[in-house]
Amino acid sequence: MDIMNIVYAVVVLGVLGAVFGAILAVASKIFEVQKDPREEAILSHLAGANCGGCGYPGCGGCAAAILAGNAPVTACAPAGPENAAAIAEIMGMAAPTGERQVAFVRCNGGTNAKKRFEYIGVQDCISATKVAGSPLECNFGCLGFGSCVAACQFGAISIGENGCAVVDPEKCTNCGACMKACPRGIITSVPVSKKVHVLCMNQDKGKAAMTVCSNSCIGCGLCQKECKKDAIHVVNGVAVIDYDKCVGCKLCTKVCPRDAITPVATAEEKEKYKAIKKAQAEKAKAAAEAKAKAEAEAAAKA
Amino acid sequence: MDQIYELLAISLSAILANNFIFSQFLGICPFLGVSKKVDTAVGMGIAVTFVMALASAITWAVQRFVLDPFGLGYMQTVAFILVIASLVQFIEMFLQKAMPALYTALGVYLPLITTNCAVLGVAQLNVQNSYGFIESVTYGITGGLGFLLAIVLFASIRERLVFADYPKSFEGFPIALVTAGLMALAFMGFSGLKVW
Repeated sequence: MDIMNIVYAVVVLGVLGAVFGAILAVASKIFEVQKDPREEAILSHLAGANCGGCGYPGCGGCAAAILAGNAPVTACAPAGPENAAAIAEIMGMAAPTGERQVAFVRCNGGTNAKKRFEYIGVQDCISATKVAGSPLECNFGCLGFGSCVAACQFGAISIGENGCAVVDPEKCTNCGACMKACPRGIITSVPVSKKVHVLCMNQDKGKAAMTVCSNSCIGCGLCQKECKKDAIHVVNGVAVIDYDKCVGCKLCTKVCPRDAITPVATAEEKEKYKAIKKAQAEKAKAAAEAKAKAEAEAAAKA
Repeated sequence: MDQIYELLAISLSAILANNFIFSQFLGICPFLGVSKKVDTAVGMGIAVTFVMALASAITWAVQRFVLDPFGLGYMQTVAFILVIASLVQFIEMFLQKAMPALYTALGVYLPLITTNCAVLGVAQLNVQNSYGFIESVTYGITGGLGFLLAIVLFASIRERLVFADYPKSFEGFPIALVTAGLMALAFMGFSGLKVW
């Protein structure tokens, strides 16, 4: 009888399992959903971090959007250009080209920026902007509460020494999550090889920009005049670099009176550059004078 | 008439007095894991209710027509887990085909229900209390509703916890557990509700 009990148990559970298995097998045929095999293939080339940087819910959503043609093959920035090329091949398109881009925080305010009041609410940038404008006098500056830090899935962004967010270009995948998280919209994509950047987005003119921060761009246009490659322009009261033209000569950093262009030139470098310019100007003046003199002599002779 | 009273008593008991989470401590894992936002908590609650109702119906049939005749009551747990796992799998397939919108809304929570011990709990309690078919299904549905009530209340409290002033070391799960404990205490008040 004891043996029978064991046999019963084994048989009954076995049959039960077999019946459920059969039902599931039949159901999987009946309820089969046709899936495009390309979707799986695309998914295997995405980053798989489910960072949401592409704007779709997770990597699966992104793969579906790429397949439907709603998203470009480069939609997944963290996956990099090799994977974008692979996806392009799956979709039967030409591989995209272009340099790797990284996020860049266009503010150097932080402790240099004037505080309107001491904010002690929820430590989050969006919440901070809801209170009486914002704790900063500057309406464009980094608040430094780290909404972007929280949004970054790759640990590539941190609040720097001076209270401004800083991106680590090594870790950054340009997924765009921080750009969406920033209520100020001061995080932009820049080519990774470029080193000269304007560290301010304050569009106020002159004095208004000058009073709120000691590092602000006041739109004076000195950099624009200095640039030999026509790569920096004052647009809407703030200098903007055209990365296609910039060659990284750093002349603009040496003339900026507000130290708003990185890498910030030291006072020494600025003096040196000023001296060189002065010498050049004198030389040019002397040459012009000499030329005028020679012409005058030539005229007198004739 | 008697049966209606009894069903009412079962419902009240399952939703309030013997709430699966707050007084039976079943299904705590999804309760803590999926309660950060009210939206997802509602989705999880509805999915669990759905599965609990179906699971109590099917496990009742399995118990009555398979386990009892063969005297295999002691194999209950194994058999019920088998039923629940296949049921969840089946529902997932069915939803994907029939209601893709609901399927995407429930997302990852659907397969997670397999490991929700409230579902296994309701099946076993049905047998322990020797409920009939209608009583079992009622207990399943109302037990699920109790879970839904608990997780939605808890999620809405957790959303507001951001504004609460508590020590930094309590951040995250510690304060959530304290909250859950206080809510369980509050639900203890319903045990005075003796209508049966």
